[in-house]
Amino acid sequence: MTKLTPVLSAFWDQKDSFTIEGYKRNGGYKAIEKALSMAPDDVIQTVKDSGLRGRGGAGFPTGMKWGFIPQGDNKEHYFVVNADESEPGTCKDMPMLLANPHVLVEGIIIGSYAIRANHAFIYIRGEVTHIIRRVQQAIEDAYKAGYLGKNILGKGFDLELVLHVGAGAYICGEETALLDSLEGFRGQPRLRPPFPAIAGLYARPTVVNNVESVASVPAIINNGVEWFSSMGTEKSKGFTLYSLSGHVKNPGQFEAPLGITLRELISLAGGMRNGNKLKFWTPGGSSTPLFTAEHLDTPLDYEGVAAAGSMLGTKALQIFDETVCVVRAVLRWTEFYKHESCGKCTPCREGTWWLVQILKDLESGKGEAADLDKLLDLCDNIAGRSFCALADGAASPIISSLKYFREEYMEHLRNGGCPFDPTKSTLFATAEAGAR
Amino acid sequence: MSTQEIAAETQVEMITVMIDGFEVTVPKGTLVIRAAEKLGIQIPRFCDHPLLDPVGACRQCLVEIEINGRKFPKPQASCTIPVEPGMIVNTQLTSPVADKAQQGIMELLLINHPLDCPVCDKGGECPLQNQAMSNGREESRFEGYKRTFEKPINISSQVLLDRERCILCARCTRFSEQIAGDPFITLNERGALQQVGIYEKDPFESYFSGNTVQICPVGALTGASYRFRARPFDLVSTPSACEHCASGCDMRTDVRRGKTLRRLAGDDAQVNEEWNCDKGRWAFKYVTQKDRITTPLVRGEDGELHEASWPEALHAAATGLEANRAAVLVGGRATLEDAYGYSKFARIALRTNDIDFRARLTSDEERNFLASHVVGTNVHYKDLDRADHVVLLGFEAEEESPIVFLRLYKQVRKRAMKVTAVAPFASRGNKKLNAELIATAAGNEASAIGKISGLTSKSVILIGERLSESTGAISAAVALSQSSGAKLAWIPRRAGERGALEAGAIGNLLPGGRPVTETAARVDLQAAWGVEGLPSSVGRDTEAILKDLHDGNIEALLIGGVDPLDISAHHHDGLKKAFVVSLEIRHSAITEIANVVLPVAAVVEKSGTFVNWEGRPRSFETAIEESLTRSDVRILSMLADEMGTPINLPTVTAAREEFNSLGNWEARSSFTPVSPTSVSASGNQALLSSWRLLLDAGSLQDGENNLAGTVHPSVAVISENRANSLGVKNGDLITVSTSHGSITLPCEINAIEENSVWIPRNSVDSKVIATLGVASGPVSVVKA
Repeated sequence: MTKLTPVLSAFWDQKDSFTIEGYKRNGGYKAIEKALSMAPDDVIQTVKDSGLRGRGGAGFPTGMKWGFIPQGDNKEHYFVVNADESEPGTCKDMPMLLANPHVLVEGIIIGSYAIRANHAFIYIRGEVTHIIRRVQQAIEDAYKAGYLGKNILGKGFDLELVLHVGAGAYICGEETALLDSLEGFRGQPRLRPPFPAIAGLYARPTVVNNVESVASVPAIINNGVEWFSSMGTEKSKGFTLYSLSGHVKNPGQFEAPLGITLRELISLAGGMRNGNKLKFWTPGGSSTPLFTAEHLDTPLDYEGVAAAGSMLGTKALQIFDETVCVVRAVLRWTEFYKHESCGKCTPCREGTWWLVQILKDLESGKGEAADLDKLLDLCDNIAGRSFCALADGAASPIISSLKYFREEYMEHLRNGGCPFDPTKSTLFATAEAGAR
Repeated sequence: MSTQEIAAETQVEMITVMIDGFEVTVPKGTLVIRAAEKLGIQIPRFCDHPLLDPVGACRQCLVEIEINGRKFPKPQASCTIPVEPGMIVNTQLTSPVADKAQQGIMELLLINHPLDCPVCDKGGECPLQNQAMSNGREESRFEGYKRTFEKPINISSQVLLDRERCILCARCTRFSEQIAGDPFITLNERGALQQVGIYEKDPFESYFSGNTVQICPVGALTGASYRFRARPFDLVSTPSACEHCASGCDMRTDVRRGKTLRRLAGDDAQVNEEWNCDKGRWAFKYVTQKDRITTPLVRGEDGELHEASWPEALHAAATGLEANRAAVLVGGRATLEDAYGYSKFARIALRTNDIDFRARLTSDEERNFLASHVVGTNVHYKDLDRADHVVLLGFEAEEESPIVFLRLYKQVRKRAMKVTAVAPFASRGNKKLNAELIATAAGNEASAIGKISGLTSKSVILIGERLSESTGAISAAVALSQSSGAKLAWIPRRAGERGALEAGAIGNLLPGGRPVTETAARVDLQAAWGVEGLPSSVGRDTEAILKDLHDGNIEALLIGGVDPLDISAHHHDGLKKAFVVSLEIRHSAITEIANVVLPVAAVVEKSGTFVNWEGRPRSFETAIEESLTRSDVRILSMLADEMGTPINLPTVTAAREEFNSLGNWEARSSFTPVSPTSVSASGNQALLSSWRLLLDAGSLQDGENNLAGTVHPSVAVISENRANSLGVKNGDLITVSTSHGSITLPCEINAIEENSVWIPRNSVDSKVIATLGVASGPVSVVKA
């Protein structure tokens, strides 16, 4: 049985974990002393050696990303943190920023120092007012303590950190759309190349990192590469936050080494609610193809999940038990993607508009078996044809649900409507009602 | 310049790629979609446009690509990917994956499209319609409900937007931002509700907005004046040239049943690329106004004009011109052939050099400059593309030659080309060009030009026609060009001026740049024309002709296409005394007093040639074949016959061939610099400066109300100090006056040269020459 490895979440139970005093009491702001004494390239090398990979979904090696920034180019560099966490089911960065915002600030200082940026930005989603206040306070306190601003710790390094509040668009989690939005434009993904490492924010070399990736850096600096790489699997090193939501007894964030399985995580979460059976789940948010009970022992690292036909994504494990109608769940997700499609490219904009209409018909029992093939063919014309990955994500739940639950779709058609009682899937359903 | 040309010049690396099994070699940086075009393989596309930055939005051009044996996992947008060595591309012709991807995108594009082709202006010439046939499914599988919008909405008085038809390719918004520098439209909202919109406070008042209609690949943007007027297959199209300015746009004129219904920008990579301005596109209804002259008119003894037969009218005109000492004024709207007709007519039939095409404020300095530095020379758009520094003197590019502006803007945007302007204040156009302003009052340009430094042989000095209004300024520009090696080009405002110069419709030059005072040049021309002796003294210029008409030294005038109010407010008595023969298309201040009026063809009714500022001939054919009107040159030839002094130019073609056979005279006359004068003002006096706005009260814009709806409002520009001393705020009325009259306009406080006040020269509420009697010099400025 894999054990939890709380690092980022180690002190969340302390009443003042979010304050600068609390953070420092638990060893905070020690890593910058060490990092700022190192040569910036050595910091990059350390992060490279640790094997830390992006925690935002794609799993790109963080150190390598930092290494892409051209040095000695006489240009301003920017360090940008993507805190626009909006993937359905994903709830790791927001709780972390609520309970421990300073670890992000410390990570930003180290990252900016490494890539030689004197300006850093946190792009945070607009809906999370209470978290925005906490992060704002943390930045203010860090300035007061001399961790931000001019000549940090007397080491001659300057850094200005700005918190930018988004306006609530899922697409702004895509890094180039985020940069457009940060520049004051409407958030829509940019044509690449040029990649942000060459021409990012204001057309200057820019690193865009996920909150959790950056927050993982101080611990690596403090405890060393070996400590970090002793956790996880061969190609997926370290610890990470798994977020369990849905039909488990104790949903929440579970910080564990990469490679833990869902079976282990469900047991850590106290089992399925009411002892119900697991029906399907997402390994990394709604954009990653669905898994079923047969994947309970799939190692949840980048390679393991990919080998099983999905993506680790944001490690947002949404758990659905046997009371849930998969058609209904997929329709809800598809509605989300339709609402969030930025409109730039045809397949995503028009495709999601159409998909919702087809799924609505299917849920209400209208249609025939051929419509399922049409739906799949449509997904084939959308996924991999669009400008960014949003549309791929929109097609994922449809394609994977048809792969595992085609019969359930058919049942809707035979039945002339949904065979499920939606109240049974609600969290307020009692044990008796919940049992099917 | 095309990619090929640039490659040839800069020796860019060439790359060979394989497309559908065929090898093609293209310059590095060429996009896959463009390389395929070279092979004749057309990949369907909507958002792609060769003159706009790639965006990859519509996804219609998906193809399969592999590089050195490594295949992209997904089909790629061929409009965003440059060729690379070892690249193998499979388009819809050879890849089932690409073909299915394209058909899939097409089906998606059509689900929210209203498919109202039978009532859509674009139907029949619509890229969406055409490519849906060539690269789409026969039947849609879509059974749901479509997105609907109110349709259409005006995004300006001249452009209508139908959001249901829009496929959101962003060509219009990219054009406005990248080409025109007028980002007044943008995409709003998201998902399927995304739509083109205007800003609440900034209407789509771009001078180039019509291009968005032309490049719209569907019927989403339509011209208000053309909407529902015709189907494309009912139109007869004729390649033509624009008559509105000296930029020299290639155009297409579309006619149905003898009437122009629309004009489009033509495609000429060396001149207007694929663009034109809204005036060129939409101002053509002047031809069909009610005051069009259709028959010859002769003033009877009752003092009224009476319809007459051609023989009667020609006889009357010939008699009057023979009996009196006559001069010729030909406006800047004449074609090269017509101007050649006037030029030859003056010399042979009237035996005079008293001819001038410059129906505006002029100077002798300018005339000498034209003879020594302009006639027969060539500076090209290409020189602007390559310039390291462009200087604008007496020239507002966006207002006075909009395609020159677009070319300058392209280089400013692409490589931050340096632009310097000598002007009283930074106009909207010059701000877009990020021009360094040398703030100068009108009249003091010479000393400002003297301050310009840092020019090289790659620099270009552009001189506008207004520089002639400032004594010594052209001389200063010539000196600057000589000391720096910078190229010098003259950009008049009107389409015909450069051609008229080449045709010798000016007092100091015969056709082909032959100086009238040079015996050898005259003899050469006498031989060609088969005449004995040509007048040998330098003729009068426009102002002298008008003055001598007044003083009685000239008693007759042959005048074509001239509005005397463009020249002076004091012409009337002189003209009234003289025997005036007017060649006109519409009634004007001249036809009111003319003794004989001969109707002539408008541009769309005749063939001819305009020579643009570069010296590039732009020939065009008759667009309206049904027209019974004749070109000026034909009428002049008949008139010369009637006078017994034939000029033998019975057709436009004959005139063109004869002119071309003359060739250019190599030797240039020398230029004698003129010393500058300077002007100043004090108290509540200010120095007036003005230029014409692109859209104004010009008579060639008559009848097009939708175009008039985007005219920029007239304002009087004053400095903050002057505003404070007058006690006015932005928008308060101020009055600019001379002893002749006054103009009252809302003021705009701007960083204008302290002594200056600027007002538009010929707008509806600001007709400077007619009202104030002057175009520059001291005027009084007071709070209204």
